[in-house]
Amino acid sequence: MSESIVPPEVRPKPAVPAKPPHVAAPSPTAPHGPSGLGGGVGVDRVPGLGHSGGGSTLLGYIGIDTIIEQMRKKTMKAGFDFNIMIVGHSGLGKSTLVNTLFKSQVSRWSSGWGSEHKIPKTVEIKAVSHVIEEGGVKMKLTVIDTPGFGDQINNENCWDPISKYINEQYEKFLKEEVNIARKKRIPDTRVHCCLYFISPTGHSLRQLDIEFMKHLSRVVNIIPVIAKSDTMTLDEKNEFKHRVRKELETHGIEYYPQNEFDDDMEDKNENDKIRETMPFAVVGSDKEFQVNGKRVLGRKTAWGVVEVENPNHCEFALLRDFLIRSHLQDLKEVTHNIHYETYRARRLNDNGDV
Amino acid sequence: MIERPESTVASIAQRNLEGYVGFANLPNQVYRKSVKRGFEFTLMVVGESGLGKSTLINSLFLTDLYSKDYPGPSLRIKKTVQVEQSKVLVKEGGVQLTLTIVDTPGFGDAVDNSNCWQPVINFIDSKCEDFLNAESRVNRRLMPDNRVHCCLYFIAPSGHGLKPLDIEFMKRLHDKVNVIPLIAKADTLTPEECQLFKKQIMKEIQEHKIRIYEFPDTEDDEDSKLIRKIKERMPLAVVGSNVVIEVNGKKVRGRQYPWGVAEVENGEHCDFTVLRNMLIRTHMQDLKDVTNNVHYENYRSKKLAAVTCNGGVDTNLNHQRKYHTSDMSPLAQMEEERREHVMKMKKMETEMEQVFEMKVKEKKQKLKDSEAELERRHEQMKKNLEVQYKELEEKRRHHEEEKSNWEAQQRILEQQKLDASKTMEKNKKKGKIF
Repeated sequence: MSESIVPPEVRPKPAVPAKPPHVAAPSPTAPHGPSGLGGGVGVDRVPGLGHSGGGSTLLGYIGIDTIIEQMRKKTMKAGFDFNIMIVGHSGLGKSTLVNTLFKSQVSRWSSGWGSEHKIPKTVEIKAVSHVIEEGGVKMKLTVIDTPGFGDQINNENCWDPISKYINEQYEKFLKEEVNIARKKRIPDTRVHCCLYFISPTGHSLRQLDIEFMKHLSRVVNIIPVIAKSDTMTLDEKNEFKHRVRKELETHGIEYYPQNEFDDDMEDKNENDKIRETMPFAVVGSDKEFQVNGKRVLGRKTAWGVVEVENPNHCEFALLRDFLIRSHLQDLKEVTHNIHYETYRARRLNDNGDV
Repeated sequence: MIERPESTVASIAQRNLEGYVGFANLPNQVYRKSVKRGFEFTLMVVGESGLGKSTLINSLFLTDLYSKDYPGPSLRIKKTVQVEQSKVLVKEGGVQLTLTIVDTPGFGDAVDNSNCWQPVINFIDSKCEDFLNAESRVNRRLMPDNRVHCCLYFIAPSGHGLKPLDIEFMKRLHDKVNVIPLIAKADTLTPEECQLFKKQIMKEIQEHKIRIYEFPDTEDDEDSKLIRKIKERMPLAVVGSNVVIEVNGKKVRGRQYPWGVAEVENGEHCDFTVLRNMLIRTHMQDLKDVTNNVHYENYRSKKLAAVTCNGGVDTNLNHQRKYHTSDMSPLAQMEEERREHVMKMKKMETEMEQVFEMKVKEKKQKLKDSEAELERRHEQMKKNLEVQYKELEEKRRHHEEEKSNWEAQQRILEQQKLDASKTMEKNKKKGKIF
């Protein structure tokens, strides 16, 4: 009986968005999905017979590496969940930025919410979900907006409703997990990422910013961004960023990507580079203008056009790449493995039963 | 409320002159006198930190009032709202101007901003009060005018509308000082956004019935056209800059961006020139007049009404004052003071009597208590004594009993002895006889 070694078919490389060459352990979005293989199995492609890769010698092509394809197919069918929360006081361009990030009208203004810009008296939590599709990949994007944050005269504890919401989502997930007959795929409403908008004063962080980030950096991934950065010239921008970074350090605020969760040197290097440029100074826009024959997204003022995707003008492209193209999955992982686990451990310790 | 004074129509007959008299020279005399005296102007800037207030002041007066060595108050972090003054003497064309800039660092920066307008209100009132006192003095030749003539309120360029803090502040200050709202850092907004924002702000200002500084109507056509143009552009969207940049060979104040240069003095880029012209070149005197005739008069009448009503609610007197002030004539003032003093004395007297009575009562009570205590103790001791007495009686009785017993025994013994001796004697006698 001859061993039926099926030669590998020439398959087109799967269209995975730009990622560092080594593929880390594919972690499924549904943590209770059908993955039997915990940990990573990085198999070197065996072109022929007998090759000393990591581990035992393989005497032929087996096809273990097709697991990536299988997972890809499964997840494409199932789709991704991503929940992003935007926090900042009104008028900082939050909704515009989210629309620009996902190149579609996903903010709460666009879903027919009244166009009155009345400032609510207390902090409200408004979650709007959209399903967007790209290259066969479906993503259920939920944008959680917090109108009324920081707008009152007295802003004491205005982060409480937000904190409560985040914990409620963890609680919901925990309850589903602890069920005896639990669903195959638990709907994930936990907040994966919180974009905190800093007002471009040019001086330093405000008291409210520091308080909020202190309280919430342990519960959710916070990414600080400097809003409306077309207010500042390049020098002012650099100075401001430097000052903000120093202040965050002084107060011990760990923003995403957190130092303590770097897995290995490669991650650390990559994240260090990113941490040096954070907080990103961004400009958002959903209008297009003609510049040098090209159509670009931007803001047209009397003295020029601010191009949103031009890295010399603002760091929007960096934020987008960071958030969506390289660290989207990592955000979800950190939320699940670290923040959620912390919550879970605390709850189970406190109660003994749920 | 005192409205702006209408121009009175002269009801005096007009005469024509037959020659040149010379009183057409009056304005020149006034001019010379004022130039010699110099002018004063106090400008207050209010707004959250980081809105470019110091930069705007520097741009307005084309000098570095806030320089690197003396950084503006906004670069220092404040926990509470402070009010800081800085005086500067500027000269131009022989005219001296004593410019006082009042800054309010810390405004709106805390987490809880309730009553952050209170220090500002107190400051303005204290300046009005100083002026009032100076006016009522006997010798009032050198009267410095430190009242706040104009308050520039900086609105953050959110693009939506006014914040609750803005509305509260302006509502509380619009009848104390001339409030001119400005949109700060206006280079954040595109022209369309700016228009929308301005409209929204004006709508909200009217909704909340905030009375911002209004330009006076003049009879001159030219001027009224200008004024109308200014009114359309309210609130003014300004940009400030400390830096001079070269654009097309010209040196202009501006901000250098990678996509262009925003020029401060370009009317199409922002309303800075409008503000400067309005504030300094055309309406400075009017601002001072309105402050003097409207805001100060309001303050004064409120104060007087409060004093004469002797209990009228004066919302500004939030803190205690050691000495009373009023601007009635000195005699009436003294009379008032005397009356007050007498009343105070009477009150103190009644109070003291009350206190005295109370003390007396207390003392009596104490004495009664101690008397009762003594009685009790006395009783106690008596009881003890009785008990002891009884015990001793017992003992004595007991002792007596024993004694009588013992005596009885003794007697019996003696008797026995006697008997015994008697029988012996008898025996002896019997023996002897025989």
